[in-house]
Amino acid sequence: MTSLLAILIGCLYAAAIYMMLRRSVVKLVIGLILLSNAANLLIFTAAGLERGVPPLIEEGQQVIAGTAADPLAQALILTAIVIGFGVLAFAVVLIHRACEVVQTDDMNEMKGTD
Amino acid sequence: MDLTLLVALPVILPLLFGAVSLVMLNNHNVQRWLGAIGTASILIAACALLWQCREQGILVLEVGSWPAPFGIVLVADLLAAIMVLLAAITGFATALYSLKTVRKRFERFGYYPLLHLLLAGVNGAFLTGDIFNLYVWFEVLLVASFALLIQGGERAQMEGAIKYVTLNLLSSALFLTAIGLLYGLVGSLNMADIAQRLTQVEDQGMVTVVAMLFLIAFSIKAAAFPLFFWLPASYHTPQVAVSAIFAGLLTKVGVYALYRVFTLIFNAEVEFTHNILLWMAVLTMLTGVLGAAAQFEVRRILSFHIISQIGYMMLGLALYTPLALIGGVFYIMHHIIVKANLFLVAGLIYRLRGSFELKRLGGLYKDHPGLAVLFLIPALSLAGVPPLSGFFAKFILIKAGVEVHAWWAVGIALLVGLLTLYSMIKIWNEAFWKAVPEPAPAIPAPGRNGLLYWITGSLAAMTIAIGIFAEPIYQLAQQAAAQLLNPQLYINAVLGADSL
Repeated sequence: MTSLLAILIGCLYAAAIYMMLRRSVVKLVIGLILLSNAANLLIFTAAGLERGVPPLIEEGQQVIAGTAADPLAQALILTAIVIGFGVLAFAVVLIHRACEVVQTDDMNEMKGTD
Repeated sequence: MDLTLLVALPVILPLLFGAVSLVMLNNHNVQRWLGAIGTASILIAACALLWQCREQGILVLEVGSWPAPFGIVLVADLLAAIMVLLAAITGFATALYSLKTVRKRFERFGYYPLLHLLLAGVNGAFLTGDIFNLYVWFEVLLVASFALLIQGGERAQMEGAIKYVTLNLLSSALFLTAIGLLYGLVGSLNMADIAQRLTQVEDQGMVTVVAMLFLIAFSIKAAAFPLFFWLPASYHTPQVAVSAIFAGLLTKVGVYALYRVFTLIFNAEVEFTHNILLWMAVLTMLTGVLGAAAQFEVRRILSFHIISQIGYMMLGLALYTPLALIGGVFYIMHHIIVKANLFLVAGLIYRLRGSFELKRLGGLYKDHPGLAVLFLIPALSLAGVPPLSGFFAKFILIKAGVEVHAWWAVGIALLVGLLTLYSMIKIWNEAFWKAVPEPAPAIPAPGRNGLLYWITGSLAAMTIAIGIFAEPIYQLAQQAAAQLLNPQLYINAVLGADSL
């Protein structure tokens, strides 16, 4: 399962970078979305996959007996999803405005400030 | 009051003032007062924090009383406290400058709340002791900076913002990736705890890979070679007050993160990692200054010089000797004040002449000799002319380079200093010295610029003071560098002395 996810994550990163290198700003944002999802999945996988063992402590015990899924990684991903969503919402509005102002969606036309 | 609560104040105060300021969005006067008072209060808190840090060593606040490494900690060592103070000075100067220069329209779109939020993000990034929390603060300051950058909605701002947003989000994603892999390796997010556990990781090759990911992520934020393109494309587009605070603070958060991570966490493979840092530092210095030589717009010249100066700061980290780190910390202190000041002076030039283009400027020395002096002090300091602050900063770094026989780096650092002087003289000749070009550009109606002169004057006075009182500043930098070079101090402060 881990290796399968690793391949998937690799593909997501590759697809994200490919999309970001395209000239269209819309594809640029799609690339950013893929990139943030890839990073989230990577945290999930890197922290170790445990299926069907919620991190619950038995009554009367102080620590978890045996292995359990890591709740912290999921908390990290949740935070990252929320942040990523907010930032990407901004990016979408930004490219919308930029297309209106510059009258094109071609990155090659947006070189006025370089 | 518990002293450790002081550590949280530089984060809480701007959040508080930002929130109140947001509620009072329609009342311009209240917003402006909150802007000035809020940043002034951060300045006081930052002074107190630095004072306490010098008296008592590293201060640690366990947020919510969750013990480290389980909860999030705020840690103020000397470097963090110095950075917070510099951020507070820049924030205060910018807020006062904004009172005169920011248009009502932008105030209605939340200029002041965003400014407070930006400061909260910057201070949070400086003070946090948790690597994921650092990511969160980075995002806080990024979102605030995105919104500040595009206020006005002009074409150049949009074009610049797309590059700024894209590359910074790319860097954030890489940062997040690195955090994920690091967490997978050591199972902790507390930086002190990570530093301790990394030595027990068997696969040290993987550690170096993660270190490189952090290096790429932070060097995008710091605008280091080869990933600096977003900075010259965007920093000259917003209002001058925004440019000034960006120039002073944002890239330096990246530099601070590099300093933190590559002294505390990744200090095992120094020959490899810091050698790469050295090459990046040298190339950053060189490309930045050469880029500036080709520009003829004041703010663009200054933007490229940010990049070349970042190279000097990275040089201090890359050489990784006590003296080099002292030089690096000294350089950061000198640079933030000088750079913000130069942008503020550029704003004054614009107010007096209505242009940033060197071709259309001229005769400023004759008409405004006071402004000429105010420009010359930070400009010469940037180039490293004694007895101003930049001279001592460069001197320490170059001496550190000579000591370890890094001749290439030393030679290029000296050359870049010379080229910086060339750029500054170019601005001086074109904007101040030469006659007003024909046909004379329309000069905007003279406003009252007394407050703006006072602000840039105070920052210039600080530059002179750092130069004249270089000894106590050097000692401060020395103490900060000593803490950086002995990460066990940081680890013990966070986890307790008997943590091993």
